[in-house]
Amino acid sequence: MAHFDPNAKPFSHKWLDERLAVDTLQKVLSTEYWIPKNINFLWAMGMILAATFGILLLSGIFLLMYYIPDTKLAFDSVNHTIMGEVGYGWLWRHMHGVAASVVFLIIYIHMLTGIYYGSYKRGRELIWISGMLLFVSFSAEAFSGYMLPWGQMSYWAGMVITNLFSLGSLNLNGLVEWIRGDYVPGQAFLGRFFMLHVLLMPLIIMALIVLHFGTLRIPHVNNQDGEEIDFEEEAKKWKAGNRKESKVIPFNPVFLSKDVFVMSIYFIIYFYLVFYHFEFAMDPVNFDPADPLKTPPHIYPEWYFLWSYEILRPFSKNAGLIAFGFAQVIFFFLPFLDRSANVAPANRRGLFKYWFWILVVDMIVLTIMGKVPPMGIYTTIGTVAAWTFILLWAVLPFITKMEKPVRGSK
Amino acid sequence: MSDRRDFFGKALGAFAGLGALGALYAAKRTWDPLPSVKAAGFTTLDLSGLSENKLYVDKWRGKPILIIKVAKNSKPNEAPNGNNKNAYEDPRLISVGGHKYMIVIGLCTHLGCIPDYFSDKHKFICPCHGGQFNAAGEVLKAPPPSPLVIPPFKITGNKVVLGEEGPEYKKLKESGLVA
Repeated sequence: MAHFDPNAKPFSHKWLDERLAVDTLQKVLSTEYWIPKNINFLWAMGMILAATFGILLLSGIFLLMYYIPDTKLAFDSVNHTIMGEVGYGWLWRHMHGVAASVVFLIIYIHMLTGIYYGSYKRGRELIWISGMLLFVSFSAEAFSGYMLPWGQMSYWAGMVITNLFSLGSLNLNGLVEWIRGDYVPGQAFLGRFFMLHVLLMPLIIMALIVLHFGTLRIPHVNNQDGEEIDFEEEAKKWKAGNRKESKVIPFNPVFLSKDVFVMSIYFIIYFYLVFYHFEFAMDPVNFDPADPLKTPPHIYPEWYFLWSYEILRPFSKNAGLIAFGFAQVIFFFLPFLDRSANVAPANRRGLFKYWFWILVVDMIVLTIMGKVPPMGIYTTIGTVAAWTFILLWAVLPFITKMEKPVRGSK
Repeated sequence: MSDRRDFFGKALGAFAGLGALGALYAAKRTWDPLPSVKAAGFTTLDLSGLSENKLYVDKWRGKPILIIKVAKNSKPNEAPNGNNKNAYEDPRLISVGGHKYMIVIGLCTHLGCIPDYFSDKHKFICPCHGGQFNAAGEVLKAPPPSPLVIPPFKITGNKVVLGEEGPEYKKLKESGLVA
């Protein structure tokens, strides 16, 4: 049996350590979790995402107290009760809406940082894959949340997206009706998406966040040069007092203080948006109640889904669905499609440098084209951009296979 | 000894597996459309007194129903896919009381948006992805892969009941013209 000191005062440090191993926990999770020195502000995005998720959870709890998941009452419970009657209800709604939008901006920055610095390779594959699972879960969470105000855009986005599950010429209308619980989005649909949004998806997201942190613990975070650091050796130097020579710092309190600094700047911008420019996250079309007999003149998703929506649009129904499915899953395979062993920033990696920047520009072009009406020159640009996206992934294994080893990497 | 443990392990696994399957089935059934949702759903359309080449909208099982009394000359102004025949000659039209009507579910067969009717051009244009249909619901421009769907109907005098399969509907269905 473990040893319990009979003289330890209840809830004293010793008493807790004997029962919970708080010292070991603290070392493993924070004070002896080592972070390289050679990083920049982009390494703070993970904590910013965790904090934004916290904001979504908190503001969501307050919204949940007055929201009514009933097709007849939902619209008013949001636009009348929460926005007009509940004290500071507008604050929770604007915080929730703005955070839901900016969280995707940070996710994209976080993903592109990972791609640029090669932080998905050699031992870090599971970090990438669990991160992609988080991306998909956040997408489902955002979509299900978008249904809840039961406005025109909620209804028609729900109609269009659930129709995707008929899988084109397979005509699986039974599956679509099963997902909706009705022939069209109705009460059954609103009820189940409400459940997904407030319970099941948040649970999945929280479990995945734990997994994502877990996958990071052994390989540690990457650094600006992709240098392979002997964390044990460098940690010894730090602990021996050679803090200048050591290439690492402890997560807590040293790295965390930098994280908090970047987070502070982020929150200044975030709250500026919440108080002065929340309207960018509030589509005016969704301030009309859902009307099953009237399609809005132009249906488009929120900005963060536009690039993949645009990959669906220029093709015929079946080809469009295949291209859309491709766009949804292809990022998962990045660690295996990149055949080069180089862990280095893209600008030192030959053709991959161009691949990366073309990908970034292409996704921005797709995003813009997804927003404008589908006609004339826009259709052409959209088609070219969609093909560019597909071709980029097709050539990736070849250009990375030809890549020469970068100095310093094995 | 280990035989006995194996047996208990397998028995436990089998029972737990059965329970899991049962729970999955119950979960699936919980997500099914409710009987009340499925049972509701007959709409009667009165076609007397409709004007030609004008769009009328009704509702059946929560879906919009588009009705046009098709004029004798309903050629679309242009058809990007070359299908520019006169919609009045289309076999998908439903004859009621000596007039021809287009009665379709008003959801684009691409992704389910409601197409808008432009009576001067004799065609529908979908606001979402730019698909086009003529006044009989036939495709004039992709992405929609198939014509607008004709709901099950039964003709009684000047009225049409949606949700019931009359002889005219069965004939169309046999010829593969309903969707």
